[in-house]
This record gives sequence, C-alpha cells and structure tokens, in this order.
Amino acid sequence: MRVLLFGRLADVAGWRECAVEPPAATLSALTALLAQTDPGLGAALAGKGVQAAVDKAIVRGDAALAAGAEVAFLPPMSGG
Amino acid sequence: MIRLTDQPFDPGAELSAFCGGRTESGAVASFVGIARGDGETASALELEAYPGFTEAEIGRFADAATTRFGLHDVLIVHRHGAIATGEAIVLVATASAHRREAFEACDYLMDYLKSRAPFWKKEHGPGGARWVEPTARDLDDLARWD
Repeated sequence: MRVLLFGRLADVAGWRECAVEPPAATLSALTALLAQTDPGLGAALAGKGVQAAVDKAIVRGDAALAAGAEVAFLPPMSGG
Repeated sequence: MIRLTDQPFDPGAELSAFCGGRTESGAVASFVGIARGDGETASALELEAYPGFTEAEIGRFADAATTRFGLHDVLIVHRHGAIATGEAIVLVATASAHRREAFEACDYLMDYLKSRAPFWKKEHGPGGARWVEPTARDLDDLARWD
C-alpha cells in the first residue's frame, strides 16, 4: 500500500511517499497507524479540511482499502 | 484538453494550435496567468500537483463549463513545480459559437482554478517559505457563479 502526503502534511511528516506493509484494512486503521507512528502527523491529518483520496478518488468517511491501494492525504487546496 | 507541465510553455503557440482548423466556432477567448514579482523582494513560487488526480479534477470543471456555456472546446495548460517570476502559470482557452459564452466560460474557469483546483502553493520569500491558501477575494470571485 502506498501513502502519499501533499502540501504542509509532507512538511510535518518529513516524507511525501511511503509504503505501508502489512497494508491497513481501512482508511481509519491507516490514519490511526500513521498517528501512532508520528503524533504530529496524526494531529495534522485530523486538521480542518484535510481530505483523503483512495486510488485518486476523494473518499468521505471511512473506507475499506485494497492491499495495493494508493492513499493520498490532501490538505485544503490552494488553487493555482 | 487538460495538460499539466513542469516546464515553461509558450501560450501563444498553444493558442495558435487551439484556434487552428476551426470552422464551427466563431469565438475563442483566452486568459494567461503570469507569476507576478512582488516589488523588490525576490520570491519564487512552487505549485505541487497530484498528477492524475489534479488533471481529472480540473477536467470535471472543464466538463461543467462546457455544459453550462455550450462550449465547443476547452484547453487548459497549467504549470506545476518551481515557477520563476514572469513565466506563464496557466493558459485557459475556450471556443464557442459566439463571444459571450467564450468570455464567460474563461472567467468562470479561472475563478475555479484560482480557488479550488487541486494544487498546493508554496511561496519562497526572504522570510522563508509558506503555504498559501485562497484569498478572500478568490473565494468571492468564485461565489459569483453560484
């Protein structure tokens, strides 16, 4: 499972992309795992306006994740 | 067509190609956004995109504009990565039967792109780098279309 961070989330975590093995079964489990590993990132992910995309589609609420999923965490978009 | 590029592009050449070969469209309107220098303080702009996702999201709005204004065609070329002052950031071109729809669709698409498009903008200035979010004016401009 591939996890991508954008904008200030990548600055907080110090990485933009990482592989998570074994993969998390759900989005909430993945978020909890990331927060446990890095509480600063956990707080940033819980921040206002942060959205998640699974395989490049925005997901609202929790979602089941396939083992090979690409999960991206997106802070509020700034426009171009 | 929606295209992201991390290299400088020539808006004039893009517009010529977009206009070429049209027989049905009586109007093409275009807008070019340029990275503006901020007085004497040197600053550089960096736009982060999510390739694949960013084009798809912009494409949804281009489709909405096509339906709303009855466009024949839309071209959006958008930079990402590091952008130097004076370089084109974005080109929007719209083709329609008559000018009003082309002008309005261009304006509509730029208001969307400036406030809602999936980019994350970082300004590198003398005081360090900061992430930029849409301004109140950008949001007011977008609300004109509701």
